[in-house]
Amino acid sequence: MEKVKVGIIGPGNIGQDLMIKISRNPFLELTCVVGIVESPGIKRARDMGVDASPDGVDYLIQHYKDDIRIVFDATSAKGHIENAKRLRPAGIFTLDLTPAALGPFCVPAVNLNDDMLKQPEVNMVTCAGQATTPMVAAINRVADVYYAETVSSLASLSAGPGTRANIDEFTQTTRTALEKIGGADCARALIILNPAEPSIFMSNTIYCRVRNKDMDAITKACDDCLRTMQSYVPGCRYKMRPILKDPEDDIVMLIVEVEGQGDYLPMYAGNLDIINAAAIRIAENKAKEILGVA
Amino acid sequence: MSIIITDTTLRDGSHSVRHQFSKENIASLVSGMDKAGVSIIEVGHGDGLAGSTCNYGFTKESDTDMVQVAAQTAQNARIAVLLLPGIGTVPDLQKAWDAGARVVRIATHVTEADISHEHIEAARKMGFFTIGFLMMAHRAQPEKVLEEARKMESYGAQVVYATDSAGALLPDGVRQRVALLKEKLSIPVGFHSHNNLGLAIGNSLAAIEAGATYIDGSLGGLGAGAGNTATEMLTTVLERANIPTGIDLFGIMDTATQVLQPIISSLGVTLPKTQDAMMLGYAGVYSSFMLHARRAAERFGVDYRKIIITAGERGAVGGQEDWLYRIAREIAESK
Repeated sequence: MEKVKVGIIGPGNIGQDLMIKISRNPFLELTCVVGIVESPGIKRARDMGVDASPDGVDYLIQHYKDDIRIVFDATSAKGHIENAKRLRPAGIFTLDLTPAALGPFCVPAVNLNDDMLKQPEVNMVTCAGQATTPMVAAINRVADVYYAETVSSLASLSAGPGTRANIDEFTQTTRTALEKIGGADCARALIILNPAEPSIFMSNTIYCRVRNKDMDAITKACDDCLRTMQSYVPGCRYKMRPILKDPEDDIVMLIVEVEGQGDYLPMYAGNLDIINAAAIRIAENKAKEILGVA
Repeated sequence: MSIIITDTTLRDGSHSVRHQFSKENIASLVSGMDKAGVSIIEVGHGDGLAGSTCNYGFTKESDTDMVQVAAQTAQNARIAVLLLPGIGTVPDLQKAWDAGARVVRIATHVTEADISHEHIEAARKMGFFTIGFLMMAHRAQPEKVLEEARKMESYGAQVVYATDSAGALLPDGVRQRVALLKEKLSIPVGFHSHNNLGLAIGNSLAAIEAGATYIDGSLGGLGAGAGNTATEMLTTVLERANIPTGIDLFGIMDTATQVLQPIISSLGVTLPKTQDAMMLGYAGVYSSFMLHARRAAERFGVDYRKIIITAGERGAVGGQEDWLYRIAREIAESK
C-alpha cells in the first residue's frame, strides 16, 4: 500500500520515539530526519536507513519539498517559530510538539476533524493537556463543567530541561486547553514532579465542578472517552473511575494513568508517549485524507 | 550573630484550619506579631500562591486580600508569600508584590530545584527578597541538597532553606545538611522544621549550631502535621542561648494565647498547652511548681510567668512550693 512521506525536525528524545512509532505505522513513511548537530538521533535515523542531516529545516525543504507532506517539529518553541517560516510557504502540514502554539490546539479525542487537517499546522498542547482535556470535554458535554482542575504527576526523569525551565508555560498552556478544548468555564492545571525510584507512571487527577451531577451520564461519558483515548494511547487507563469527591458537593474526581509503549522512551514516560501518540494519530488521519482512504 | 525568625502561622498554620483564616484574623495576628518584633510574617494558603484548589482545599480569602490586609497592618514586619512552581506562576507572584508582599520563598521538592529558575529570577527582578526553599530535605543526601541549593543560589536566591517538610530528620541529619550548605554557599542558610518526631526545637537549635541564620516558627507551633517549631518557644530557647532574635518574649506568647487561640477555637482547633511548662525551662524552676504557681496566679490575679521567673531568680529549690504564694502575693502588692 502507498504511504505518505513524513519528516522529523529535532531528533531528541521525542523525535527518536516518533521514529519508532512512524516505522510501525501503515500510512506513514519516515523519509527525512533533520537536526542542527550530528547527534545520536541523527545516527539512529541513518541506522534505520532514513536520510538524516544536521543541516536543519533548510535541508529538509531543499531535498523533499515536493515529497514530504507532513512534518513533526520536536525542537523548541523558539525553534518552531523559525521553522514555521520555512514550512508554511512549502505547504507542509506541520505537527508542532513544542509550546510555540502558532496553530490551533489539537487533542485527537476531542477535536480532530476535517477542518483541523486543513490547517497549515496544529499544536499538540502539552502532555498533560493531551491526557486531561478529553475527560473534561466528555464530562462537560453531559454535566456542564464550570471549573476544571487537573493535577499531573510526572516522573522527574521524564521531564526534560525545556519543561523544567518553562513550567509556568506548561501549566498555563494546559489550563488554556482545558478551557478552550475541554469546555470548562475556567480551569487550573497543576504539575508535580516526583523523583521516586523506580519512576512513577504519569498520573493525572481530574476534578470537575459540574452544574449537573448525573453520575451515570458522567461515568458513561468518561468510559467512552477512555476507549477513544485507548485507540491511540493503549497505555491509558483509569486509576480511579469517576466519583463525587464528597457526595454533598459538586466535584467529580477521576484519575487516569498513562503507561508509555516503551518505544524509545521508557514505559513510565507516559507523558511523552501520549503527546507523540496523539501526533501520530493526527498524522495518520492526514495521511488517509491525502491517500483518499477512509 | 542574630537569628531571623520567619513566622508562618498564617501560611503553614493555614493547613491546620483548612485555610479558613479571615481577613480580620490575619489583621489581628499580624498586628500582634508585628508589635512583638517578628520581622518576616508569611501569609497565604498552606500550599502557597494559587494553592486554593480542589486538590488542596479552598481558602476563605483570596491571595491578594490576604497579602493586602497583612501588608497594610504591619508597621515593621515584611510580608512573605510562598510559591510552589507547578502550582503558582510568575503572574501570581506579581499580584502578590502589587498587594504588598516583599519576601518570597520559592519552594520545590529537594531534588527538583531547576523548576524554580524562572520564578527566582522573576522575583528578584520585581524586587522581592527571594528565598529558595528545598522541601522534603530528608529525601536527599547532604551532597544532593547542596547541589540543588547551588542551583537556587545561581538563579539569584538570597537565602536557601533546608526544609524538613516531613518532620523526619534527626538533629544529626539537620546538622549535616545545614553545615554543608553553610560551608559551600555564599548566601545565608535557613531551616524549617516540623514537630512530627517531637524534634522541632532541637532540630532548629542543631541548625543554628551548624550555621543557619534563618529559622521558621509559628505561634503555638500551628502548622501541618504536628506543626512547626513554636515561635514563642524558639524565642525562649534562643534567649537562653544568648542569641538575639529581636522578638519580645511575653509579647509573642500573648499573641499565641490571646490572639491566635480564640481564633482557632472558633475553627475547632486547640493549641497544645506548652507555654506554662516552657516557662519552667526558661526560668530553671522545679517542674512540680507549675500547677501550684497557676493556682497562686489565679488566687492573687497575677501573671503566672512572673511568679515562675521570680522563683527562678530567687533560686527556689524543689520542695519550696510555699514560696509561690509568697511571690504571688508580693507581685500583687507591688502593682
